[in-house]
Amino acid sequence: MKHVKTLIAGGVIAAAAIIYPAVAIDISGAGATFPYPIYAKWADAYKKETNNGLNYQSIGSGGGIKQITAKTVTFGASDMPLKAEQLEKDGLVQFPTVMGGVVPVINVEGVKADEVVLDGAVLGDIFLGKIKTWDDPAIKKLNASVKLPQQAIVVVHRSDGSGTTFLFTDYLSKVNAEWKGKVGANTAVEWPVGIGAKGNEGVANNVGQTKGSIGYVEYAYAKQNKLANTKLVNKDGKTVSPTAESFMAAAANADWDGTPGFGVVLTDEPGAASWPLAGATFILMHKVPQDAVAAREALKFFDWAYGKGDKMAQDLDYVPMPDKVVAAIKKSWSSQMKDKDGKPLIALSN
Amino acid sequence: MQSAKGEQSVADLALQSGALQASEASSRSKALARLKLSDSAFRQLTRAAAYFVLILLSGIIVSLVAGSWLALTNFGLGFLVSERWNPVTENFGALAPIYGTLVTSIIAMFIAVPVGLMIAMFLTELCPQWLRRPIGIAIELLAGIPSIIYGIWGLFVFAPFLQDTLQPFLIGLFGNVPVMSSLFAGPPYGIGMLTAGLILAIMVLPFVTSISRDVFSAVPPVLKEAAYGLSCTTWEVVRNVVLPYTRIGVIGGVMLGLGRALGETMAVTFVIGNAHKVSASLIAPGTTISATIANEFTEAVGDMYTSSLILLGLILFVITFIVLAAARYMLLRIARRIG
Repeated sequence: MKHVKTLIAGGVIAAAAIIYPAVAIDISGAGATFPYPIYAKWADAYKKETNNGLNYQSIGSGGGIKQITAKTVTFGASDMPLKAEQLEKDGLVQFPTVMGGVVPVINVEGVKADEVVLDGAVLGDIFLGKIKTWDDPAIKKLNASVKLPQQAIVVVHRSDGSGTTFLFTDYLSKVNAEWKGKVGANTAVEWPVGIGAKGNEGVANNVGQTKGSIGYVEYAYAKQNKLANTKLVNKDGKTVSPTAESFMAAAANADWDGTPGFGVVLTDEPGAASWPLAGATFILMHKVPQDAVAAREALKFFDWAYGKGDKMAQDLDYVPMPDKVVAAIKKSWSSQMKDKDGKPLIALSN
Repeated sequence: MQSAKGEQSVADLALQSGALQASEASSRSKALARLKLSDSAFRQLTRAAAYFVLILLSGIIVSLVAGSWLALTNFGLGFLVSERWNPVTENFGALAPIYGTLVTSIIAMFIAVPVGLMIAMFLTELCPQWLRRPIGIAIELLAGIPSIIYGIWGLFVFAPFLQDTLQPFLIGLFGNVPVMSSLFAGPPYGIGMLTAGLILAIMVLPFVTSISRDVFSAVPPVLKEAAYGLSCTTWEVVRNVVLPYTRIGVIGGVMLGLGRALGETMAVTFVIGNAHKVSASLIAPGTTISATIANEFTEAVGDMYTSSLILLGLILFVITFIVLAAARYMLLRIARRIG
């Protein structure tokens, strides 16, 4: 009798579990911290519209890659794109969601925002510890009109692994040969000089407090903390300021179609208006997902976000993907992602 | 009649008492059995709790060794003496974090032990009664502040203060003194190993103080009064009566504080500067084992990187073990010398 009761109870729970997803589906994702604010905002708006929730844990890109490889989440998120071989090996598809820019920020007495101009070689030499004072001839040469004090440069970098660091070091590797040979590009590197601070807010705070310092932060943090940013000389030799437009310009000039998994790193892109330090953040999903229902819902969510989420992204100082790239991403979904029977996971009209 | 009755009653009594004894014996054996059962249940329960700690500890060791095996086999003992920490080429060494951990802990103990002992002496020997409670409560509150608060306070208030005051003063003071000048070399960043050590000293202070205060007040008054009777000064009483009497307890408190200083993570991460460098200068940025793990574990990509971070954890475990063993040895030696 008791067993029968248990069986019935078990059956009811199982039935409820089967029925429940039809009512509201929770999509689970984990990874990068950089896009967390916009994913959370999108999820909130999406929930209101469709009643489907998104549970995103911002545990870091490394954790996101691990979790999607272990298939414990519907999607993983990473600020650093995976290489084509690794995507192939783990059977993953990759696509970018939003972009952001990285901005060098300084704290030099008498110098205002958007005043000092640096180029890649000089920026690299500062972070290598070769340029030690603000009145160094190399800096003066680029800033004839700015009065620079004879002050020691304090380099501030990230102490935690980060997509921001990856973009910054990737840029320096492209424009400074010595940096490429000695340090290289990664989410964390062996910094030749300087002090480390945790998170964008840590770097922003340290630069704000330390006289003579230079650091690099996400665009939003530079704006919110009212830090003095520098201009940069881009690949075309033009001096540009960090704005949403110059990030867009970099994205527009990138070769998205020619890169597997849209894994473009938007550093040192060509184009007269391109800001040389931008990057997208990426989503990773299995080509043949274990839970086709959840994966389909996740794709619906991102489809919705590409369509209706641009304004929300701009409000939070992110840059939406260009329409042309979004179209290519959607095409890649229907051509690459299949359920277990080999049928396309999602059929999109456009 | 009376006597017969009396005999009968005695016999009755004897009989009754015999019966009573029998019933008593059976109920007593029952009660004893019950007590025995509860006794052995209690013993099993406490033993299980104690063994649980052993199992837990060996579980931690096994998982640390298993997790760090890749780095352990790849770098070997060279891991301990290499200063490199390069996630790009996956070349890792623990020298800088070990160095930073030891230096900040030494600075912390260097300040917290004398200050803590002095506070405890004042509270037990010299303090007027009405002041004891406020100071005692203040010390305990200091222990109750979460470490993240110390970290934030250190970064926003303490580090800028040091950058403007103490650090330029030290640099100027020792600028021309041979050995000291290299201890205080470099630009004043505000944050660095000295700042981390000072924050740790504040965090460790309540441990040293409250334990020493408790053991100091356990000294029998008659000993102290006898010493005062011999016209000893307060310092002489503390030096020759209180301290020798409470040595073991004081060392226990110091070791507890040292254990906290070695493992403290959040507060240190905020103010140490997080640079994988071994520098002689105390005001230069450095890093500690726990700060490195806290900073880098979330975004560590690749097996070798993760494994090296776990190996750092194992090293911290071993350092803590060595410190505790040294404390035991010290206590043992003192005990042998006394008796």
